Amino acid sequence: MRHGKYPLIVTFLVPPVLLYVVFVVSPYLQTFQISTTSWLGYSAEADPVGLANFTALLHDGRVWNALKNNAVLLAVVPVLTITLGLFFSTMLSMGGRKGRAGVTGVRGTAVYRMVYFFPQVLSVVIIALLWKEVYHPNSGLLNGALRAVGLPAPTWLGDPRTAFWCVLAVMVWSNVGFYVVLFGAAMSAIPRDIYEAVLLDGASRWTTLRRITIPLLWDTVQVAWIYLAIAALDGFILIQQMTNGGPNFSSDVIGLRMYETAFGSESKFGYASAIGVVLFFLTLSVAVLALRTARRDRIEYS
Amino acid sequence: MTILDRPASEDAAAGERRAPRDRALRREIGVANVFSHGFLLLWGALTVLPLLWMLLSSFKSDAEILSDPWGLPGALRFENWARAWTEAHIGRYFLNSAIVVAGSLTLTMLMGATAAYVFARYEFRGRQFFYYLFVGGMMFPAFLALVPLFFVVRNAGLFGTWTGLILVYAAYSLPFTVFFLTAFFRTLPTTVAEAALMDGCGHFRLFFRVMLPMARPGLISVAIFNFLSQWNQFILPQVLMQGDDSKWVLAQGLTALAVSQGYQGDYSGLFAGLTIATLPVLAVYVLFQRQVQSGLTAGQLK
Repeated sequence: MRHGKYPLIVTFLVPPVLLYVVFVVSPYLQTFQISTTSWLGYSAEADPVGLANFTALLHDGRVWNALKNNAVLLAVVPVLTITLGLFFSTMLSMGGRKGRAGVTGVRGTAVYRMVYFFPQVLSVVIIALLWKEVYHPNSGLLNGALRAVGLPAPTWLGDPRTAFWCVLAVMVWSNVGFYVVLFGAAMSAIPRDIYEAVLLDGASRWTTLRRITIPLLWDTVQVAWIYLAIAALDGFILIQQMTNGGPNFSSDVIGLRMYETAFGSESKFGYASAIGVVLFFLTLSVAVLALRTARRDRIEYS
Repeated sequence: MTILDRPASEDAAAGERRAPRDRALRREIGVANVFSHGFLLLWGALTVLPLLWMLLSSFKSDAEILSDPWGLPGALRFENWARAWTEAHIGRYFLNSAIVVAGSLTLTMLMGATAAYVFARYEFRGRQFFYYLFVGGMMFPAFLALVPLFFVVRNAGLFGTWTGLILVYAAYSLPFTVFFLTAFFRTLPTTVAEAALMDGCGHFRLFFRVMLPMARPGLISVAIFNFLSQWNQFILPQVLMQGDDSKWVLAQGLTALAVSQGYQGDYSGLFAGLTIATLPVLAVYVLFQRQVQSGLTAGQLK
């Protein structure tokens, strides 16, 4: 009965594969090749320089400075976001334990979920520009509040000591809502009777969270960790728009370094591609590492 | 405050009918409920406040914004919106974004659905290879391939054109679209398709007349997901649409507005521009909340 399926397979598959290979696969592969050249973009031929770009990277203070900031992001952003996300989603899906009804959500769960999710649908550019104004030393929302209660008003993004942490806070702010919804969806898949049984045994809320909810959500937490870790390594638009890595490179990250090297004042495409290759392997190893260290036995609800 | 107190008192009332140990537990839960509501409200306020401030500031005069960040606007100055819409060309960029996203979304859905259908429903050589080629693209963000992509687009003569942007948007949306829709087509019953083929329905007609309408819920979810990510795209137009500012998309227009605001001190214009860019996206989200949340979270749960 299946004769004549090949015309369909060919017409349906060739255009997407072509589009994908030209604009996605080939650029990824070319990154590796360009990274071994000293290409500056304008000349037709690029001189192969072997691994010179990579040895130069090792001695590039700005790259190390940027990587150091990425390391801080990698350590702090996932932990804060997942903790807050778990906390709020627990409150929302089982904050209200009521008499015989067992475990239920608090009032207005749907409204909270909707509001928390707002930042997720907004463009990073809007978030960055809005928060830049919130942090504004004179007309900003934050300093307006601080002045009203008589506290000193810092310059936030203008101060090398605080700029990086201000951007980090916005990163957490914009991500938490998404993970509240994600964890909430995973929690709703946990059978209610488990909670009712624990409740009858007199377990406290904290014990329930630590001994029941988190172990059962472990797969989802792991996925969240991988995505946040990748975002901490690769996300740079927020930083570019809020501080552009400044002041004095205090909030620089590796993605921004790559962008500036290629499309900023100097178009060192070979060197930028080398940064891209390093970033590629960093992303890959972080993902693999997260999968490895977080591996546990899968729990199936039968 | 009454809203906060109510769950606690209800719990206490329910608890009185129970054993003393149980009652102590109820009381602890009652206190925790007030606390949890407090934290939930706090985070809700943290999420809404910057957005509300942006909306209010868009009606203020520059003097009001500078002197009192927390004050309410003296009048509803829609002229700020008009100024952002015409002088900062937010109106034009809005239209440009709409054109580009309309094109890229159509292309993404057409190519994504056809490829996914073939992967889900037909056996052929190389099926696994092509499927994983597409799905593997979900791991890495687009900007790692940015440098070569810039030259691929330029060599194809598509630099600075909407066609170029549309093709690139579609190509980078394919991994998730193919992944999501392949899973969705697999869940559809095979009996309907078999019956249609028995009745002499051709493979192409089967797809367009039977399978596509059956896959509607999945198509809508993934279309909303793609709409949001393509509408909010920034780094691709930033690199591929330099120069001619009459073709810019909304995100680029907003950053340009922020830069010119820095020179001219037109704060109200910036807030108006940001508000104009935010409202439609939030409206789409509130209307299609369920699909947006399930679509976006499904993307993370593989």
